[in-house]
Amino acid sequence: MTQFFSRHRNILDFAIASLLRRRLKNLSLLLLYTFIVALTASLIFFVQALKREAALLLKDAPDIVVQSLMAGRHDLIHVDNIERIVAIRGVTEAAPRFWGYYYDPVFAANYTLMVDRELAGETGSAVIGQGVAKNQRISEGDIFTLRNSANTPTLLTVKKILPYESELLASDMILVAPEDFALLFGFPAGFATDLAVTVANPRETVTIAGKIAETVPNSRPILKSEILRTYESIFDWRGGMMVTILFMVILSFVIFAWDKAAGLSAEERRETGILKSIGWETGDILLLKFWEGSAVSLTAFLLGISAAYMHVFFFSATLFAPALKGWSVLYPAFHLKPHIDLYLLATLFFLTVMPYTAATILPSWLAATADADSAMRS
Amino acid sequence: MPLEEVIRNSSKFFGFTVLNLLLILLLVAHAVSQQKPLDTESASFASRLQLTDLCLFTEARYTRHPAMADNHAAFQEHPAALDHFPSGSILMPLQKSGSRR
Repeated sequence: MTQFFSRHRNILDFAIASLLRRRLKNLSLLLLYTFIVALTASLIFFVQALKREAALLLKDAPDIVVQSLMAGRHDLIHVDNIERIVAIRGVTEAAPRFWGYYYDPVFAANYTLMVDRELAGETGSAVIGQGVAKNQRISEGDIFTLRNSANTPTLLTVKKILPYESELLASDMILVAPEDFALLFGFPAGFATDLAVTVANPRETVTIAGKIAETVPNSRPILKSEILRTYESIFDWRGGMMVTILFMVILSFVIFAWDKAAGLSAEERRETGILKSIGWETGDILLLKFWEGSAVSLTAFLLGISAAYMHVFFFSATLFAPALKGWSVLYPAFHLKPHIDLYLLATLFFLTVMPYTAATILPSWLAATADADSAMRS
Repeated sequence: MPLEEVIRNSSKFFGFTVLNLLLILLLVAHAVSQQKPLDTESASFASRLQLTDLCLFTEARYTRHPAMADNHAAFQEHPAALDHFPSGSILMPLQKSGSRR
């Protein structure tokens, strides 16, 4: 047993020395490899954390949201429909939601304006998200203006800025009193943006949604399960960014493998010949190549995982920001709750470390089985 | 004898790997320490306002509220108008179940 370890250790000594001899080439290879692992792991961490957070944050979303449709598009819904919906057996509550979008031409940003019933009676007050505060450079107690439907400025005082933790939900939000909302948008009385319906038994949701669609003409019920599934499938493997990055990673590995499989350099071939001529066996040479490949890929994997974790959870996935930001002016900082999925890490390990090590050994086996004399002459 | 010659290459490699593993263990410990239940303020905020969407992309209506978007959201303005918002190519459309119209 001691002999076994000592043999491996001696070969590892030689493998590291051999890697260090071609320092520049192997260091650049290690950096590139680490970057590829870090990119893939970042994507995995980011998507998993986002999905998890979405599931937690939206678990209390309304059971059914009822929208009104007009000419195939979302329209305001009459609040009279609440009575009809509540009359359906199994419905506990139906409440109107008032929300809309406001484009701020000065800061070129889109805000989501929403009525907060806790602000009822407090006209002229607003609770704003972190993104709005940063964009407008305002803090608690400051006054800002929004143009109302009559094109005159409405003054609002910042009552509170929502905490960092809520940024993923409400970075672009401005919560106002119902009266201010009606004034800002000229919102017609007796209408709401949509209705949030609570159902007593979650298993009856689909049936109740069907009944709502029958009872309220031109309505579109959206189930909580659909909302959750939308976020479950967000950045799915089939989604644009995932495919682009994964394609890039696969391509990089193909280049790696091609470089390796296309054969060893003349110097490496000569080295193999010399080793054989001084008494190394084919098995020893394969072991040497295995340790060379393992040293590079294991180091790249470990460094890549740490770099990915820090990138996503300490630096809010800044590398992905340009892709995710698009043309948005307000962009939430992703303060995601860290989560490491060991199953996905194991998958990543087998997808990155194994192919590289295999690609290192195969051409060496071909060279190592060749005659030492011809290997040295080549 | 200088120190570099005393420490074998394999020992340096093992040392470096152990350091890397320790760093990963620290990060796992960090992840576990952050696994508190969702802070009650955010949860009650989402529940009180009955929010349906995350604020991920604010550039267009259907990317800000993908769950509330029109059925043909990617072609909001016209059935043949191509999606011109970058995040529209990242987001998946609303996953529908049986209750559709």
